Amino acid sequence: MERLRRTMMFVPGSNPSMLSDACIYGADSLMFDLEDAVAINEKDSARLLVYNAIKTIDYGNTEVVVRINELHGPYGRDDVEAMVRAGVDVIRLPKTERKEDIYEVEAAIEEVERKIGREIGSTKMMAAVESPIGVINAYEIATASKRLIGIALGAEDYATNMKTKRYPDGLELLGARTQIVIAARAAGIYALDTVYTHIDDEEGFKNEVELIKQLGFDGKSVINPRQIKPVCDIFAPTAEEIKKSENIRRAAQDAKEQGLGVISLNGKMIDKPIVDRANRVLQLATAVGLYKEEI
Amino acid sequence: MKIIKSSMVGTLESSDIQIRVEQRDELGIKIQLKSSVEKQFGKQIRKVIIETLESLGIDSCLVIAIDKGALDCTIKARVQCAAYRAVGDAEKINWEVIN
Repeated sequence: MERLRRTMMFVPGSNPSMLSDACIYGADSLMFDLEDAVAINEKDSARLLVYNAIKTIDYGNTEVVVRINELHGPYGRDDVEAMVRAGVDVIRLPKTERKEDIYEVEAAIEEVERKIGREIGSTKMMAAVESPIGVINAYEIATASKRLIGIALGAEDYATNMKTKRYPDGLELLGARTQIVIAARAAGIYALDTVYTHIDDEEGFKNEVELIKQLGFDGKSVINPRQIKPVCDIFAPTAEEIKKSENIRRAAQDAKEQGLGVISLNGKMIDKPIVDRANRVLQLATAVGLYKEEI
Repeated sequence: MKIIKSSMVGTLESSDIQIRVEQRDELGIKIQLKSSVEKQFGKQIRKVIIETLESLGIDSCLVIAIDKGALDCTIKARVQCAAYRAVGDAEKINWEVIN
């Protein structure tokens, strides 16, 4: 079963209380931030907090991601060293612009894995794209390493770089979102959307989640536990979708058993993409406990 | 490692511990601890502070700690950071000895 990444909750790496409580809210992934959420003079203390938290706290099945500082700055290499030693699941690169950014961080990760005897390749990576050049290079970034599990959009920097700002309808991000989700699909990795910063605007948040689901994203970055449930609700298949998918799957199975090349359901022809989509709906429904039968 | 200056790490927020490390002329680690849960966890907090400093090779310093209900891993992280800051910027963290 594929891992769900509907919600990735941002947690400042400098906050011990949040580091210890973060996993109780049910986010699929937690992203401990050593980059923008941490003041320059607390980079060392945040790194040690996150390092000790990952080594000690049992986060269960929740995926633990750490956003490191850029490798060429004064903190990035220490971040990689500490997080690989701690046993982090995924290292997230900020401001990824080209495939070489991935190669460099991958080499740094591998060096630490060798040093400590951790299985080479076991530390996964994800890339955050936050600039126009990053968006243009989304596919080369998404295919730069086997370690990559996903690509995410960081919209605040992107909007500023594009000489615009964030609007409620998100039209200014349409090009970047589309490019990123296409790159992710072509590369076979996950696509994660940016944060929604107006935490009190539930309606606006839901609209944005509906939009990114429609575009094909796997999930959304969240900055508050309150944003987790709306995302899960929106991403959960409806009873009607489950029923329809179940019928399609049965029809496909029947056709296969009877050696028929063409699948039909209620007088309509069903082709492979529709069967794949139905299987995905059932997989998601199973993962969230809405469907019990074996797929 | 030798303490050459005072350092302070951590906050007074819930689940955190503020650690101040200072030079001490005499040998040994002296701890001044304030904690709302001192009666229940004072012994354990002191133990974590001492073990963390000893693992870094520090055998002499004064630690002033104000605890707000920090987990052991937080205490450890704060002490490690305070210790490294107190030995001066030249000393880079040796990840081989941080456990």
